[in-house]
Amino acid sequence: MTPQVLDARAEHLLRDLAPQVLGAVIRRYRDFAAAEDAVQEALVAAAFQWPGEGVPEHPRAWLIQVASRRMTDHVRSEIARRRRETAAAIDIDATTPAPGLEPETGEDDTLILLFMCCHPALTSSSAIALTLRAVGGLTTAEIAHAFLVPEATMAQRISRAKHSIKTSGVPFQLPSHEERAGRLRTVLHVLYLIFNEGYTSTAGSQLHRPELSSEAIRLARAVYRSLPEDAEAAGLLALMLLTDARRTARTGPAGELIPLTQQDRSLWDRQEISEGTAVLTAALSKGAVGAYQLQAAIAALHDEAPRVEDTDWPQILALYDLLKRMSGNPMVVLNHAIAAAMVHGPATGLELLTALDADERLRGHHRLPAVRAHLLELAGDRQAAIANYQAAAALATSLPERNYLITQAARLRES
Amino acid sequence: MKYILMMHCPSTGYDSFGAWPKKDIQAHIAFMHSFNKALRAAGGLISAEGLANPHEAKIVRAGNDGQPITDGVFPESKEFLAGYWIVEVENAEQAYALAARASAAPGPGGAPMNMPIEVRQVLSGPPEEFL
Repeated sequence: MTPQVLDARAEHLLRDLAPQVLGAVIRRYRDFAAAEDAVQEALVAAAFQWPGEGVPEHPRAWLIQVASRRMTDHVRSEIARRRRETAAAIDIDATTPAPGLEPETGEDDTLILLFMCCHPALTSSSAIALTLRAVGGLTTAEIAHAFLVPEATMAQRISRAKHSIKTSGVPFQLPSHEERAGRLRTVLHVLYLIFNEGYTSTAGSQLHRPELSSEAIRLARAVYRSLPEDAEAAGLLALMLLTDARRTARTGPAGELIPLTQQDRSLWDRQEISEGTAVLTAALSKGAVGAYQLQAAIAALHDEAPRVEDTDWPQILALYDLLKRMSGNPMVVLNHAIAAAMVHGPATGLELLTALDADERLRGHHRLPAVRAHLLELAGDRQAAIANYQAAAALATSLPERNYLITQAARLRES
Repeated sequence: MKYILMMHCPSTGYDSFGAWPKKDIQAHIAFMHSFNKALRAAGGLISAEGLANPHEAKIVRAGNDGQPITDGVFPESKEFLAGYWIVEVENAEQAYALAARASAAPGPGGAPMNMPIEVRQVLSGPPEEFL
């Protein structure tokens, strides 16, 4: 049997229901790893059956029922296996439905699952993979494809992550009040990494993998809906929307990278910009300003400029000043130097860059010589700019970025 | 049948590519982009990767204690793998034809480079009659 394709609406519904169904099954059976497998099977069953039979009247209940049936099968075979292995008593607790656990709302379940999947005990690559599968409802094959690794590699990564969750004994509930802020920062960071992976693509020859950015936005939206009062959750959603708005303008017909200053601004997605701006404005009025809100505010200033020469650089510089005080990230220092150069001239920017020469975290990274080349060009030092573009190209690890830097060097040689 | 098409270049190749005129660099990049796109669209592309500049390339082997012993960086004369395609084709001739198309990628002045592409069959699982 070949599966008919689910239409976009059913697909969307299925992915939205995935964490709610998983939440319900975990409540009933407690075993996260097995419940997660059972829900994946239910999602696959839906993808096979719904196109032909139509979406059932109660899709959530349908999925819970199919997943529960799989759980029952799993529990039976577990019991049989344990009987074979040992005559000792069976841990009834772990294999029978836990009664009396009232399901909470679906959105709470999504949040609880995000906290579980983004557990600090996991490496970020494991947390990303598990989040996309358990909360995003993506199949292992889809996740493997998005990260350009073999399916077996991704399956291993997910099963190791599930094992860590199991052995860490995290209960299926929201973290305690004291823990919550710190744990939420990890969740937001994982979503930020998923978005970045989709937007800039550290591997391979394609600059964007939009399915990852869209998924990150969908999950950030779910967090924002569950925690509308958290300013940084709002800041992250706004940052994603305001950055994603420029996606189409960022690549040319031959797959080449087009920098912000040269993009066709009519291609920017106005709807994403206005939604991002609205989310950000509401967040900023709440007080506690964090790094995601600041980055979103910078993105908003770029998005609001009708032409590149209308960019409000003094305001952007002021925001980078704040961001620099808040984070020791050398990438922030780099961007701060660019903003300073746009306001006070390239010499100021170049001077700020010298502070980064000794920074171990940037050793061998192409961004430092690339930014220096740009500022040297603004300063009129053509030869040094060419040398720095070439040095940056030799270090670049993304093909579109390498090609962009080589082309910049060639352009300057011919100017 | 799977074949790997390996594009070799001298260790100076990366620097001389960067020294081409801008329009030639752009034409070369556009060629590779559309070549890969066509291969992918036809379903014949398993994977294609370009490799980073070989200036930091090392040969590693294990010493008696199992610890890595590195050798390199290498003299100018050495040839390096610059990138490869793994393709799914019906027969060797199709792999050669693809290699010839890649080999003729435009170089300086738009002239075909005719660079050497090493074509090797990739070992696969058992033949079908044993499955």
